Amino acid sequence: MLSVKEYQTVSNIQGPLMMVEMVDEAKYGHIVDIELGDGSIRHGQILQVENDKVLVQVFEGTSGIDVKNSKVRFLARPLEFGVSPDILGRVFSGLGVPKDDGPEIIPEKRLDINGQPINPYGRDYPNEFIQTGISTIDGLNPLVRGQKLPIFSGSGLPHDDLTAQLARQATVLGKGEAFAVVFAAMGITFEAAQFFIDDLHNTGAIERAVMFVNLANDPAIERIATPRFALTAAEYLAYDQGMHVLVILNDMTNYCEALREISAARKEVPGRRGYPGYLYTDLATIYERAGRIKGNKGSITMVPVLTMPEDDKTHPVPDLTGYITEGQIILSRSLARQGVSPPTDVLPSLSRLKDKGIGEGKTREDHASLYNQLYAAYARGKEMQELATIMGEAALSDEDRKYMEFANKFEDRYISQDYYENRSVFQTLDLGWELLSMFDNVDLKRIDLQLIEKYMTKYRTGKSKAKEAAD
Amino acid sequence: MTEKRVGRVVKVAGPVVVAEGMAGARMYDVVRVGQLNLIGEIVELRGDTASIQVYEETTGIGPGEPVLDTEASLSVELGPGLIESIYDGIQRPLDALVEREGEFMSRGSDVPGLNREKKWRFKPTVSEGTKVSPGDIIGEVDETTLMVHKIMVPPDISGTIKSISEGEFTVVDTVAVCVAEDGTEHELMMMQRWPVREPRPISRRLAPEKLLVSGQRVVDTFFPITKGGTACVPGPFGTGKTVVQHQLAKWVDADVVVYVGCGERGNEMTDVLTEFPELKDPRSGEPLMRRSVLIANTSNMPVAAREASVYTGITLAEYFRDMGYTVALMADSTSRWAEAMREISTRLEEMPAEEGYPAYLGARIAAFYERAGRVQCLGSPDREGGLSVIGAVSPPGGDLSDSVVQATLHVVKVFWSLKGELAYQRHFPAIDWLTSYSFYKQYLRGCFEDKDQGREMEKMTGAAMGLLEQESELVEIVRLVGAEALSPRDRLALETARSIREDYLHQNAFHEVDTYTSMEKQYEMLKTVLHFHHQGLEAIQAGAETADIFKLAVREDIARAKYVPQEEIDKIRRIRDTIEQQMKPLHSTAASK
Ligand SMILES: Nc1ncnc2c1ncn2[C@@H]1O[C@H](COP(=O)(O)OP(=O)(O)O)[C@@H](O)[C@H]1O
Ligand SMILES: [Mg+2]
Repeated sequence: MLSVKEYQTVSNIQGPLMMVEMVDEAKYGHIVDIELGDGSIRHGQILQVENDKVLVQVFEGTSGIDVKNSKVRFLARPLEFGVSPDILGRVFSGLGVPKDDGPEIIPEKRLDINGQPINPYGRDYPNEFIQTGISTIDGLNPLVRGQKLPIFSGSGLPHDDLTAQLARQATVLGKGEAFAVVFAAMGITFEAAQFFIDDLHNTGAIERAVMFVNLANDPAIERIATPRFALTAAEYLAYDQGMHVLVILNDMTNYCEALREISAARKEVPGRRGYPGYLYTDLATIYERAGRIKGNKGSITMVPVLTMPEDDKTHPVPDLTGYITEGQIILSRSLARQGVSPPTDVLPSLSRLKDKGIGEGKTREDHASLYNQLYAAYARGKEMQELATIMGEAALSDEDRKYMEFANKFEDRYISQDYYENRSVFQTLDLGWELLSMFDNVDLKRIDLQLIEKYMTKYRTGKSKAKEAAD
Repeated sequence: MTEKRVGRVVKVAGPVVVAEGMAGARMYDVVRVGQLNLIGEIVELRGDTASIQVYEETTGIGPGEPVLDTEASLSVELGPGLIESIYDGIQRPLDALVEREGEFMSRGSDVPGLNREKKWRFKPTVSEGTKVSPGDIIGEVDETTLMVHKIMVPPDISGTIKSISEGEFTVVDTVAVCVAEDGTEHELMMMQRWPVREPRPISRRLAPEKLLVSGQRVVDTFFPITKGGTACVPGPFGTGKTVVQHQLAKWVDADVVVYVGCGERGNEMTDVLTEFPELKDPRSGEPLMRRSVLIANTSNMPVAAREASVYTGITLAEYFRDMGYTVALMADSTSRWAEAMREISTRLEEMPAEEGYPAYLGARIAAFYERAGRVQCLGSPDREGGLSVIGAVSPPGGDLSDSVVQATLHVVKVFWSLKGELAYQRHFPAIDWLTSYSFYKQYLRGCFEDKDQGREMEKMTGAAMGLLEQESELVEIVRLVGAEALSPRDRLALETARSIREDYLHQNAFHEVDTYTSMEKQYEMLKTVLHFHHQGLEAIQAGAETADIFKLAVREDIARAKYVPQEEIDKIRRIRDTIEQQMKPLHSTAASK
C-alpha cells in the first residue's frame, strides 16, 4: 500500500469544514483521518481540491479541532465499508463502526460506499408483488420487489408503527426466500430507533437485520454517509448473497438538513429554502440504488421515511423525493385527528410500479379495475364530505350523499386497520367489492361488467333481496 | 498522428475540473481527464486555463493529473445501427457496456456509438458520374423492417461520384468515392459525425400543418401537436408526465421516435426497453422498437452527461429528419437538463440569475426547441422531413412560475398542463382542459379525408369544450346555493360534462384497447356523447324529467364505448340508435302527464 501522508497545515476551520494547505497528491472524494491534540481521531472527506489547498468536511463536526495541533492524514481511498456475511445481526454507527458488543468483523472485501450507478440496461423491471397485509398498500398502491416507495409523514404521525408493520408483515406470495432488513437511522430519537429494533427482536428478524444508527444527538454531518453505508451493505447482501433486502431509511429530512449545512458552510448559491441546487442529484444517488439486476436473484426494496416540514408536500425534501421514488405513501394529520389509523391519505398516495405486479397470476384479475374504481368513488365521496361540511348534508343530492357515505365507510373499514392486523391481498380485494356493492353498475364505469358479475354478486344478493322484500 | 495537447489538473470540484496548460484548446473540445481517462468537455476558457465538465464521476482525480485535448468537439456517430439502440448521454451504447463491464457503470469506458463489426447491405441509389452535393441521398440500407436508412452525402462534401458499390459493408467501409471540383477524392462511408451542439443544416423551414396523431383523445381532440411542432408537459410529480411521454412514444404516427430519459428513473427506461419490443405499431404491425432510439442518462448517472443527453438526442433526431422522415423526440425531463446546467454553472462560479439558474437558461431552452420543425431537407431528391419535440417539465412543487416552465412556454406551441387534483382522482391523462392550449387546433379537420367529417369534428370539439367551461361555472353555483337552484338544462349540461370527462377524456394507458384510439373512433365516441346531450335537450323540451334521462341504461354503453375495439367500431354508431330508442318513451310519458 501507498504510504499515508500526514500534514499539520490546517489553515481554516468553519462550521463542519476545514481547509488544509500545502498538500500534494490529494484526490477529490477521498477520505482523511484527523488526529486531534488529545490523540482522538475524527474522519473527513475531501469536497474540493485546488492546487495544494484541500477542503475537507468533517463527519464528527469541528468543535475542539484547532489549527495548530491537528494532524491530517490523507488515506488515498474513498470511504469504504468492509462487508462479510457476518454483518447480519449487527449494529453499526452512522459511520459504519460496530456499535454493539459483537466480535470484530473480518471483511471479505471493502466497498466504496458511493457504489456505482446501475446501467439502465442492466436493470430488471420490478414486477413481483409484495404482500404487506396493509389494505391501503396492497389494494391501492401495491409494492413490488425492487421498488423505492417512501412514506411522507409529519412530526407526531405514526410512521414508525406503519414502517414496523411493513417490515413485520412483508412477504412474497408463495415464496419463502432469504430476506434481510437494513435499517438506517438518521437523526431520529433513541426511542424511535429502539422501537424498531425491539420489534425486530420480537419477530426474530433481528438476526437477518443490519443496523446503522445515527441518533438525534449524534454528529449531524455523519448522516450524509449513513444511508450510503446502509445501501452498500444492502447491495452486498442482495447482489453477492442473493438475498431480498428491505432497506428502511429514517428520516431523510434529517439527512437533507445535514447536506444543507455543508452547502451553507461552503457559501454555495442556495436553492429553494436554502437546500443546495444539487439536492435532487444527491438524493437520486441514494434512491436509485434500489432495484433488481438482470440475472441476479437478490433485490433491494427501499422504504425511505421522511417528515414533511409543516406537513407541506411541496417542501423540497418530499418534493424532490417524490420526483425520484416510484410513488409515495402519504400520512395525513386531518385523518389522524378524525381517528383514522393509519391515517393514510389515499388520494395523493401512489405506487408507480403497481401495474406490472398485479393481475391474473400475480394477485387477481380484478385488482387493477378495482383500485381504479375505488379511487374514483373515494375521490368523489371525499369531495362530498367537504361539501357537506361547508353547506350541511341537506344540500347534497341523494346521489352525492351515497358517495359521502361510501367515503365514510371506506375510511372506517378499508383505510383503518390495526397495526397487528395482517390482511391477505384477497381479503383486501373482497373488502373493496363489498364496499362498492352499494353502487349500481352505471356508477362502476371503470370495471368490466364480467368482473362485476363475478365478484360483486355475492355482496349484492343480500341487498337486492332486502329491496325486493321492501317493494 | 500529431502530438496532442496535454495540460494538467489544478482543481476538482464535483463534476467540474479546471486544467492549466491548455493554450490553443477550443471551446467544447472533448478532453480525457486524469489517469482514469475520464471523458470531459471544455465549457470555459480563460487564457490557457480550461474549465471542463466531466461526464463521469470525478472521485479519485487530483491536481497534477494530465488532461488530454482530443481536439474534436462532442459529436455523435450517425449511420445504420442507431435504431433499436440505447445510449447514455454521450452516445455510449449501454447494452455493449453491460456486456463488457457488467450491470454497474464503470469509468473511462470508450465504446463507439455505432457497431464497427456489423455489416449492412448497402444499395446505391445513384450511379457513377452523378454530381452530388451535401444531403444528397446516395444509397439505402434496410436497417429494420420499419426503417429504410438513407445514406446521405455529409454536409461538407460535394463533387462527382467516381465509384459506388452495392454489397455488405460495415459503417466505416468505403461505399463510394466522390471527386471534388478541385480533384480531391473523398471516400464516403455510411457513418458520418456531427457535433451535437450545432443544428444540422436544412434547405428551408416550412410551417408545420399536419397533425401528429397520438391516439390520446384529450391530445388529438383538444390540444393536438403537429409534425414538426413543439409541446411541453409540466406538472408536479405523479401527475402523468412520463406516461404521456411514453404513450406518445408508442403511438404517434411518426417514422422514428427518439426518447431521451434525462435525469429521471432507471426503471422507467427499463420499462421502455422491455415493453417496446413487445408492442406492435398499429399501422405496420411491427414491434415499436424497430423505429425507436433511446437515450438514457438517468438521475444517478453523471450530471454533465445529463446536460449533453438532450443534444445527443436531438442530433440523432435531426439526422433522421434529414432523410425525409417524420421524427418525434421526447425529453423527460427538461427540468433535469436545466438543473444539470445550473449545477455546472454554479461550479464555474458564474453569476446566477433566477432560482440560481444561469442567465443563459432561456436562450438555451429556446435554441433547443428551435431545432424542431417541418423542413425542406438539404439535397436531392426533394423531400420533406419533420421533427416534433415534446418536453416534460418538472417544476418544484408543481409551481408553474418556475423559470424552466416559463422559459419553455415562451417557445412551445402546445401546453399540456397536468393537474394534481385530477391525478389524485385518477383522472388520467390529468391534462387540465381549462388551462391547456394548442396553437395547432385548426389542423384537426385536416386529419379527416372526408371534409364534412373534419368540419363536424371541429364543431363537436368546440361544443364539448363549451360544455366543460359551462360545467366549471355551474359547479361554482352549486357550491354557493346548492344543486336545487339549477334548471333542467343546466343539470343536463353538468351530466354531459361529466360524461365528456369520464367517458371521453379519461383514458387508461394500461388498458389493452383504451390505450390507443384512432381518429375515426375519437369522432364516433365524441359524436355519441354529444348525441346523448342533444337528445336529452329535446326530451327536456318535451317535458321529460332529468332524473329519468340520467337513469337510461344506454349511459352504460356510452361509458364503455372506449373499450370497443377498432374492428367493432360500428357498435359505437349503434349506441346512437339506442339513445334515440330509449329517449323516445320519455317524450310520450311526459306528454301523457
Ligand atoms: N394515462 C394514464 N392511465 C393510467 N394511469 C396513469 C396514466 N397516466 C398516469 N398514470 C398513473 O400515474 C402514475 C404517475 O405517472 P407518471 O407519468 O410517472 O408521473 P410523472 O412523470 O408526472 O411523475 C403512473 O405510475 C400511473 O399509475
Ligand atoms: Mg416522470
